Amino acid sequence: MPHSVTPESTPADEPSTTVTQGDTDTVEPEAEAEAEAEAEAEPKAEAEAEAETQDVAMEEAPTPTASEQPKVNLEELFDDGDSDDEFTSSVPMPASQDQEQGELSQPAPIKVTSKSSFSDPEIMRAFYQRLFPFRPLFQWLNHSPTPSNDFAHREFAFTLPNDAYLRYQSFPTADLLRKQCIQLLPSRFEIGPMYSTNPRDRKTLRKASAFKPVMKELVFDIDMTDYDDIRTCCTGASICLKCWGFITMAIKTIDVALREDFGFKHILWVYSGRRGAHAWVCDKRAREMDDQKRRSIAAYLELLKGGDQSGKKVNARRPLHPHIERSLVILKEHFQTSILAEQDPWASEEKAAHLLNLLPDPTLKAALQKKWDSAPSRPSASKWADIDALAKSGSLSITPRDLLEAKQDIILEYTYPRLDAEVSKKLNHLLKSPFVIHPGTGRVCVPIDTRTVEEFDPLTVPTVTQLLQEIDDWEGEEGEKKLQDWEKTSLKPYVEYFRRFVAALIEEEKQVLKREREEDVDAMEF
Amino acid sequence: MIRHDYSRVDSKRRANLDYKKRQFANAEFQQQNYEHRLNFYVLPPTAEITLEEFETWAINRLKVLSELEGCSFRNRGPEETAEYMKGILDKYLPLRSDSSRSQKLQDERRRDHYSHFILRLAFSSTEDLRRRFSRLETMLFSLRFKNDDLRERQEFVRNLNLEWEEVKDEEKRELKDELHAASGIKKTEEQEWFKVDWERVPELVGQRKVLLRRGVAYVPQREQMSMVVAEFTKRLDEALELTARALPRLDEDDRLAPILAHLSQSFTAPDAAYSTSDANIDGLSTITANNIDTLSQNFPLCMRNLHSTLRENSHLKHYGRLQYTLFLKGIGLGLDECLVFWRRSFKLMTDDKFQKEYKYNIRHVYGDVGGDANRRGRGYTPYSCQKLLTEPLPGPGQSHGCPYRSFTPDNLLSALQRMGINDRDVLKTVKEDVGKQRYHVACNRVFEWSHKREIKKVKDDGSWSATDLDTIVHPNTYFKRSWLLKHLGEGNVGFVGESAMGGEEKMEE
Repeated sequence: MPHSVTPESTPADEPSTTVTQGDTDTVEPEAEAEAEAEAEAEPKAEAEAEAETQDVAMEEAPTPTASEQPKVNLEELFDDGDSDDEFTSSVPMPASQDQEQGELSQPAPIKVTSKSSFSDPEIMRAFYQRLFPFRPLFQWLNHSPTPSNDFAHREFAFTLPNDAYLRYQSFPTADLLRKQCIQLLPSRFEIGPMYSTNPRDRKTLRKASAFKPVMKELVFDIDMTDYDDIRTCCTGASICLKCWGFITMAIKTIDVALREDFGFKHILWVYSGRRGAHAWVCDKRAREMDDQKRRSIAAYLELLKGGDQSGKKVNARRPLHPHIERSLVILKEHFQTSILAEQDPWASEEKAAHLLNLLPDPTLKAALQKKWDSAPSRPSASKWADIDALAKSGSLSITPRDLLEAKQDIILEYTYPRLDAEVSKKLNHLLKSPFVIHPGTGRVCVPIDTRTVEEFDPLTVPTVTQLLQEIDDWEGEEGEKKLQDWEKTSLKPYVEYFRRFVAALIEEEKQVLKREREEDVDAMEF
Repeated sequence: MIRHDYSRVDSKRRANLDYKKRQFANAEFQQQNYEHRLNFYVLPPTAEITLEEFETWAINRLKVLSELEGCSFRNRGPEETAEYMKGILDKYLPLRSDSSRSQKLQDERRRDHYSHFILRLAFSSTEDLRRRFSRLETMLFSLRFKNDDLRERQEFVRNLNLEWEEVKDEEKRELKDELHAASGIKKTEEQEWFKVDWERVPELVGQRKVLLRRGVAYVPQREQMSMVVAEFTKRLDEALELTARALPRLDEDDRLAPILAHLSQSFTAPDAAYSTSDANIDGLSTITANNIDTLSQNFPLCMRNLHSTLRENSHLKHYGRLQYTLFLKGIGLGLDECLVFWRRSFKLMTDDKFQKEYKYNIRHVYGDVGGDANRRGRGYTPYSCQKLLTEPLPGPGQSHGCPYRSFTPDNLLSALQRMGINDRDVLKTVKEDVGKQRYHVACNRVFEWSHKREIKKVKDDGSWSATDLDTIVHPNTYFKRSWLLKHLGEGNVGFVGESAMGGEEKMEE
């Protein structure tokens, strides 16, 4: 019922902009002040919500009456809403008023109906106003509680609702970023590097070379499209739990390599919203790497080589490098379950021919071919077992060791992570921010806890509409400490995970800073 | 601007200084003694040389560097390069080892030292030159490092005082298997191993040739070179940066500046640059999206492969699109027609998706959108064979790059057969070429075979000169030549040189 939504959107607009302005008025460099400001903003959102309770009831009413009643409401709203807001915006809200709100039943400011789509401006606005964790995001990129250049010189790039792409945005504080998001309602935004100067000032510089990227997290992108030639359950944009197995394997393999081989500690894995995952390696050492080092890490982790025409994609050197060896141990298990049983990759004749091509032994190949010709629909697991069975029964003209190695290569070809390596190689590559909404699915790009990566199910990740509904449905207990909106939803565990992650990062950063300062002092004494 | 520095003696009056002082003063500069054959070029030379020496030494070194660059463009392997460079080095920049006990030892090393610093002056002015110079000097250094006498090399490395931590025997024993697996070295305990931060050996990390443990790389003695070379590059880059900053203040009496300018100018890239003349071909009317299928008969294998992949899948991945769009732009397909071509080719895609996700990139390639520099430069230039051969290999689902390099021999041969190459001998030699990584030679062979009649004709009637039939090093040249040869005798086709002149003007419009 779009016509009933439109009139209401006007009053909703009004208070919201004032809220944010009031919000930024109170911004002070101290983090505590910010915290207050934001905490203050929330009740206001509720105030505005309260004025609209009637509308919500309305929506549930049959449509014919809907067209008449809003007019009355509209005027009431203007009176209340405006005056209410003007007084509250700059002054901290008195406790009594808070009380008043608490007494009212949990209001539903945003009209989430089964029909509203996740890209509606209303929905997006509510998401940025009430759910998006701007403060943790700020701290994550800022590496300290007080605003610094780490955040202020960071590039953000917005994709606007009309699909315009706005690059080189930057913000001194979390609140200004929030304000911009609420104003522009980007369908998503990306995070780029921190630059040597403020990205907004880049054109005022005398020398263009003075503007260059200096720091960014090391990022990885794993996308299901790269698995299209070996996944059989879905194609293109769609995914299911079966093919998510590829991503799970990739996360496990890459994560352990980054931690054990490179010694990185702060690795944030994020669901990309549809069919992939991103990794943000946030250690200082990783952030400060130049392109060459990024390239070599990407090369270290890349194993599959060659395009569609180049045949065998894995030709690992023997003895296997410890990293590959370890990956193989991890991946072997998945190969049995995710690949052989679930994907059944060699069911069709054409696919089975590909498997044969990967084997180096012509005699064995012929024997297998013969066997499979007579039983073309043998499941992949049996075909895989056939290789060893026939090899044992004498159809092997190469050494068993060669066969074993070929089989290892095949396992790796079907399981080893397929990175979109270009993303990782460049310091100035932009990557979608965590917690934004995937415009195609409406799902929030939530962090993935690597300790429970196996249990992560992309299909149960909350969508924005679902989250807003959850706020509406939330039954608060009286007298309890006031909760932020995200705490009332299934986004809570994800935000909490993210906050813990950021806290750990900042804790380490503090120690590094302290050490550096002490060294500085030492240096001064000399 | 004239700088007045009163503490300094006017150069014109220098000769008139008190003779007594001149006669008995100690030499201001000490001749450097070159203990090692290899040099990290840390100290600049200070003694005097003649202007002529200044120039000839620099030019000789420049010759060596250009040849080295040529080797990398031709995709020569390390052994091949070493073999090829040997003669050139002996002629222009000989550098003998201590064991040779040559009389000229010091002299050679001095030349090497001076010429390096002269070129440093000449090539520090722009970022581009600096990068090239540093890359080539690094190549030269590693070439020499490899050839150096083992004992002398160790001596040299010891003198560098790089901070490496040695791996203790106990740890060696503990990590025995891992060290073996990572490096491929059998008797790991007999080797010397070093522990360094992995950032110092990015190359070895990228090739997975070292063991990594929490950010520390275990480097075997024999991979030492990689670390020394990395250190060389790092120091050279820093020094070049400093030189660039000091260059405007060069205290110079206009004798050196012209030489330096001349040197840096003659250091032009031998990279097969795309010339705009390739875009305009006489007798070939304006290309439209409809012509591409027909014209693809004249495409080199790399572009044919992209074309047929596009036709099969109705899609190409990013780098394939980029390579193909640039090629099409290069043969003279205009932006509008190019957009039509891609729109039609992606026939499974909605208009909306095409507009949103693909159009911008194509326009960017043509310089229709993007930053000032991109628009002024009219977008990107079509890729040369060298570019295609030095890019990383295509990944799963990708089909860009040079098929001679990325296809397995069997797939390559069947692709060639589909192209109509059925001569056994040609296919066999192509396979050999590819085995030796001479991809462009293979491609040229295929070209020659498939145009053998036409080539014979133009050679016989002398209408094409030898330069017109030079080795092809650019896909667009391949197309142009192929098209012209196949349309011999139609109008004024055939005079490549003349059409080139006309072409350049038309492109400028």
